[in-house]
Amino acid sequence: MSEVPRFWRESRHRYRLVGTRCGKCDTLYFPPRVICPSCRRESVGAMREEEMSGEGEIYSFTVVHDGLEQFKMQVPYVIALIRMKEGPFVTGQIVDCSPGEVKIGTKVSATLRKVRTEGKEGIIQYGYKFTITH
Amino acid sequence: MRDVYILGVGTTKFGELWDSSLRELASEAGLKAIMDAGIYAEDVDALYGANTSGGQFVDQEQIAALIADYSGITELNIPSIRIEAGSASGGAALMQAYLAVKSGQYNTVVVGGVEKMTDVPSEVANEIIGGSLDAEWETFFGATECSIAALIARRHEYEGSAKRENYAVFPVISHKHASMNETSHFRNAIKIEDVINASPVAEPLTVFDNAPISDGASALVISSDQKKIRESPNPIRIKSSSAANDFLSLHDRKKIDQFKAVAKSTKDALRLANLDLGKIDAFELHDSYSIATLIQVEEIFGKQGVRMTEGNDFYYNSSSPLNVSGGLKAHGNPLGTSGLYQAVEATLQLRGKAGERQVKDPRNFLIHNMGGLGTTSVSTIIGVD
Repeated sequence: MSEVPRFWRESRHRYRLVGTRCGKCDTLYFPPRVICPSCRRESVGAMREEEMSGEGEIYSFTVVHDGLEQFKMQVPYVIALIRMKEGPFVTGQIVDCSPGEVKIGTKVSATLRKVRTEGKEGIIQYGYKFTITH
Repeated sequence: MRDVYILGVGTTKFGELWDSSLRELASEAGLKAIMDAGIYAEDVDALYGANTSGGQFVDQEQIAALIADYSGITELNIPSIRIEAGSASGGAALMQAYLAVKSGQYNTVVVGGVEKMTDVPSEVANEIIGGSLDAEWETFFGATECSIAALIARRHEYEGSAKRENYAVFPVISHKHASMNETSHFRNAIKIEDVINASPVAEPLTVFDNAPISDGASALVISSDQKKIRESPNPIRIKSSSAANDFLSLHDRKKIDQFKAVAKSTKDALRLANLDLGKIDAFELHDSYSIATLIQVEEIFGKQGVRMTEGNDFYYNSSSPLNVSGGLKAHGNPLGTSGLYQAVEATLQLRGKAGERQVKDPRNFLIHNMGGLGTTSVSTIIGVD
């Protein structure tokens, strides 16, 4: 069981897909980073937060049949790697569709959902999931 | 810098070992290695212990201290340090032990790995295995390690780089070899159709594409003590050991179906051993997932690697024997132990003592241990002089 700050700390980034852009090389990163892996020390202090549009397309995907304990109720569920319009890749679930509708290249958009709960009395954790754009 | 030799090896059987605890497994492997080396505890200067997730599997940390304690060597007060690098813990511990001996600080060291995975239900074990991913940005959203491997497989096929059969063949090879190894978790032979048609875990990967949850421990005695090396009936030399890393998460890599760390650690290990790939007679690769084996093969052999999967090249009696131990897939995958069993297998093979699965007159083995999916990569070359 975790304390609230563990999740609260990242909620801004997880609720609105906020990444960081390097002021030196202009690359946008998600998840957010404090150091740009290309510019390294040159980027220190030059990383700026930036919200993404939530639009992207599926780069790769899988249908998970043997899931983690907290996701057992959801199997089979789709985990995908999404290439966001702004460039970064994001790992997330594709929901509100049958697994058969998911293809590489399918356009998706981010939506705020309940992601997991740590047991009956644990914190309900929210974050992004993706739905197919119609 | 001094030459470093493997004087002794020991291993437990791998599998679901209900009767054995973590400490019993570790002591068994360590004692076997010491006896195989023909030395006594007084000869040991340090102990390096590899373990991936003992804190979660059996609520135990300070595992190296526990192993030394229950192996009866604590009164000698030798340093006992645990090394953790995900499922590359074994390879990483071997590398650290090798460097410690090579540097001259220690003459003789025991390096052992242990993992006790079956004391928790399999769903819990899968969660713990997922600990090698990014907890905040992968597992948080429901990704399992197998699902990440599946993302690689799907994209690799989509780009036309390989077909399903090109990686489904690796579990078949591993099971064939494991059937000839008495310490294997699984000893049954399987067919490629069995792999493809088995129940799915994360599509396209099935249960047969995944290495199992296993208990087991393996250990080696390594030394640069001239007298001990002279007295040893068949010392085997560690010619090099090198590591490299990549981004923790797939979503941060420019190409998801490449393991750049594998390419780097392999290249560095060959350079440090002053060998080219043509001089390597057999390979132990990290076959935690069938697709991971294919990507490693491509990094090592280039595009030719895919074609090699279509013939018999990788069997023990062929041109490029691969995972002759049975691999992680069929010999078993007790996480932190796996990299050390690879070294045990190479030693047995180079001594010519691998029985039915013996590779013909090998001189050099390249063993390759990986943390996560290409995140940490440790390549070690073991051979005869």
